[in-house]
Amino acid sequence: MRDRLTVATLACVLGGAALLAALNVLTAPASALHVPGFVISLVGKYLCYAILALAVDLVWGYAGILTLGHAAFFALGGYCMGMYLMREIGTRGVYANPVLPDFMVFIGWKELPWYWYGFNHFWFALPMAMIVPGALAFAFGWLAFRSRVSGVYLSIITQALTYALLLAFFRNDMGFGGNNGMTDFKDIVGIPLNRDSASVGLMLVTAVVLALVFVLARAMTRSRFGRVLIAVRDAESRTRFLGYRPESYKLVVWVFSAVIAGIGGALYVPQVGIINPSEFAPANSIEAVIWVAVGGRGTLAGAILGAVLVNLGKTWLTSALPEIWLFAIGAVFIVVTLFLPRGIIGLFTSRRSARAPQPADPAEPKPAAIESTAREAAG
Amino acid sequence: MACRSSGGGRRRGLLPAGVIAAALFALLLALPTAARAAADPFAELAATNFDVEAQGVRDLAVSGNPRAHAVINALRDGKLWAWKWPRPDAPLFIRTDSGIVDARTGAAVAAPAPVNLRRVIVNDSVRAAIETAEGALNLVSPVVAARLKAAEALFQSADAGALPLIEQALAKEHDPSVARVLREAHAAALLKSNTGSTEARLAAVDELAERADLLARGLLASLHGQPPQVAAAIAAAVRSIDRSLQLWGLLENVYYGISLGAVLLLAATGLAITFGVMGVINMAHGEMVMVGAYTTFVVQQLIAAFAPALTQFGLLFAVPAAFLAAGLLGVIIERTLIRFLYGRPLETLLATWGLSLILQQAVRSIFGPTNQDVTSPDWMSGAVHLGGLVLTVNRLWIILFALLVLGALMATLRWGGLGRSIRAVTQNRRMAAAMGIRTPVIDALTFGLGSGVAGMAGVALSQIDNVSPNLGQNYIIDSFIVVVVGGVGNLWGTLLGALILGVVDKFVEPFEGAVLAKILVLVLLILFIQRRPQGLFPPKGRVAEA
Repeated sequence: MRDRLTVATLACVLGGAALLAALNVLTAPASALHVPGFVISLVGKYLCYAILALAVDLVWGYAGILTLGHAAFFALGGYCMGMYLMREIGTRGVYANPVLPDFMVFIGWKELPWYWYGFNHFWFALPMAMIVPGALAFAFGWLAFRSRVSGVYLSIITQALTYALLLAFFRNDMGFGGNNGMTDFKDIVGIPLNRDSASVGLMLVTAVVLALVFVLARAMTRSRFGRVLIAVRDAESRTRFLGYRPESYKLVVWVFSAVIAGIGGALYVPQVGIINPSEFAPANSIEAVIWVAVGGRGTLAGAILGAVLVNLGKTWLTSALPEIWLFAIGAVFIVVTLFLPRGIIGLFTSRRSARAPQPADPAEPKPAAIESTAREAAG
Repeated sequence: MACRSSGGGRRRGLLPAGVIAAALFALLLALPTAARAAADPFAELAATNFDVEAQGVRDLAVSGNPRAHAVINALRDGKLWAWKWPRPDAPLFIRTDSGIVDARTGAAVAAPAPVNLRRVIVNDSVRAAIETAEGALNLVSPVVAARLKAAEALFQSADAGALPLIEQALAKEHDPSVARVLREAHAAALLKSNTGSTEARLAAVDELAERADLLARGLLASLHGQPPQVAAAIAAAVRSIDRSLQLWGLLENVYYGISLGAVLLLAATGLAITFGVMGVINMAHGEMVMVGAYTTFVVQQLIAAFAPALTQFGLLFAVPAAFLAAGLLGVIIERTLIRFLYGRPLETLLATWGLSLILQQAVRSIFGPTNQDVTSPDWMSGAVHLGGLVLTVNRLWIILFALLVLGALMATLRWGGLGRSIRAVTQNRRMAAAMGIRTPVIDALTFGLGSGVAGMAGVALSQIDNVSPNLGQNYIIDSFIVVVVGGVGNLWGTLLGALILGVVDKFVEPFEGAVLAKILVLVLLILFIQRRPQGLFPPKGRVAEA
């Protein structure tokens, strides 16, 4: 059952991407079958979101860490890529400065800050898009998991983390373009970004990366390591008493997840053509969580499904009925948590499926519930 | 220190100190002329020669005539009329809205034929004389605030030539606060003039040291060529002023911090109930605050439409209205949503986040996305001067209101029937149920109480923040931080957490800027949770176990 789901997911992602690419490249623009370039970039964007959703599902679905700040890692990866794309503009900017990006010239900077060194090379920016989010996640996770911050507290400080980064990146003197962020990118590794072929190529690369990440994450969750992770999610203290160190397991999956999110962000920026501090907004992180919840927490395939479905709905609603969008997404939050705790995938998989994740406190009777919450909060 | 209250912008702005001082000096020179003109201080105003007219204005100002102010004002406003033909008694009239009055007596007179009258016109030199005269008139004005302003201007100019005038004014001054400023002005002028005995100068230095503000410091620091004894006293005075200024600066930061803390406290108090006592992660808490702010707006509109006489007291109606509106909404939310999610904090978080999006959009659909205009009543505007501090009145009210709300909530929880039930249910739900408490009802009411308190916070925030659909979002993270720092389920902790966060924020702000202050607070919070995951006051005893 599970394997069929995996195969179906891979087939959908790779096959769908290939089909769309073919329809764009091989058909004439006038043809009824032609897929215009903007649809290709849109799909590419969804696939990036799917990568972020996979990252969220890894920590939330398998380690029980409800992250409200994963968009921060996504955005950091995006900023690393954005810095490369900014340097790549070179003398084609408004001020034609060969070294400094336009916004730095605009605020009167004379020299490139040290942390921008190296970002003129693609081979440097790409690993940085993984290292920077990974390093932040390591520092944060090491502090948080070691002192056993968990549950809602962890959620709130992850939100505080992304909020702090949001405020920081708004500042002009951070050297990341302030409020406006970075945009007006020209090309990536010499390929102009404004052509359909670039969109198709990026979309295909994203699809392949998504498939790879999916396979990797699946292997990780199926391994011995993944079993322990699920044990930590369902009964952390018991796992600890059995001799495991839950904090180490959590830290590994947390950093891995942040790196995945960073890759997603790095792929996202060239396709949407802009990166600015609003990507750090706490609302983005929470939306990523709801993608996972819609698709089915702890199923990986559900994360991809949820990310694509919710964003399809968002694209359609925000253009057709902009006032309805917030009502709709709000209702989705409520309906999914109340009536669909296992998401869409959960509707189709058997209830007795051994590995299907359970809600946090499935059998807890209501009378004791509040007390247990209080205890959880207290200890 | 004297407690002075300033009533707002009704009086005219302070004349430049230099103008007044120069003018007063000129007035002193003109004293003999004033004596000559004492017989009829108004006569020269009717002159057709501008120089004579300007002199007439100066003479009138120091004449002490009770009508001087009114006549000079009329001249300034172009409402002073003279007889067109030369006449020995030189009659002058003031045209008012209600008719013509005699300038000398203020008595209404029958309007002379317009053909006989000419408007008394002014040129630049007369206008300068008018400004001068107004400064001097203020020093003998019956209005204390006006005298205070004139004295302050004298102090700032520190003009040696004004010494006799200051002494004259001092001799007549009854009001202690004006006399005090006059003494300071005297001291400043004396030191500046570099005359007088060493004792007098030392006394003057003392006077300025006691004033202890930036102006006094600047004046003292600018003095040169004083006798050594005086110079030493001046250096000591500057040091002491520096210390005192530092202290006031510190106090000011503390006040700003407390004021911010009060805002945070208001926003967090409701959360201390829903999150702290019930353990419900209500991400829609900020929207309850927003509902309260919009209720204030609606109440204000209703009052403006149906009972305009009560406009000044709209807030008094808004507070209970906001409590009921937000509280009712809270009860509905608890019954329809939260109660299915007890014991599942992460799911609650997501569901209430969705709810917050719906509430925001609902308000946006009903009221529109723009800010709503909520006006502050008069009794909430203005400022209070306390020593070196300027305390804005609306912030003082908010501090008071925050403490009142917190106090009322504590009293309810401790002594109220509902509070007893809430505590019972929190401590041992099954036992409380066995004792006959209807726990679902208490759950709903507790959530309603927390939401209602958030609504009341919205009333206060509507006075200092934009009433927009995003109002609540700005406070939700801060509120959680306060509750977490203070320790869950502990209202004293919430108070202390709010104050600490507010004060830390305001102390970092001057050095690092507002945004960095915020970031620093968030980083500190992350580190703080690492160290003390249970807040400042971790629960002790049985509760702490498990």
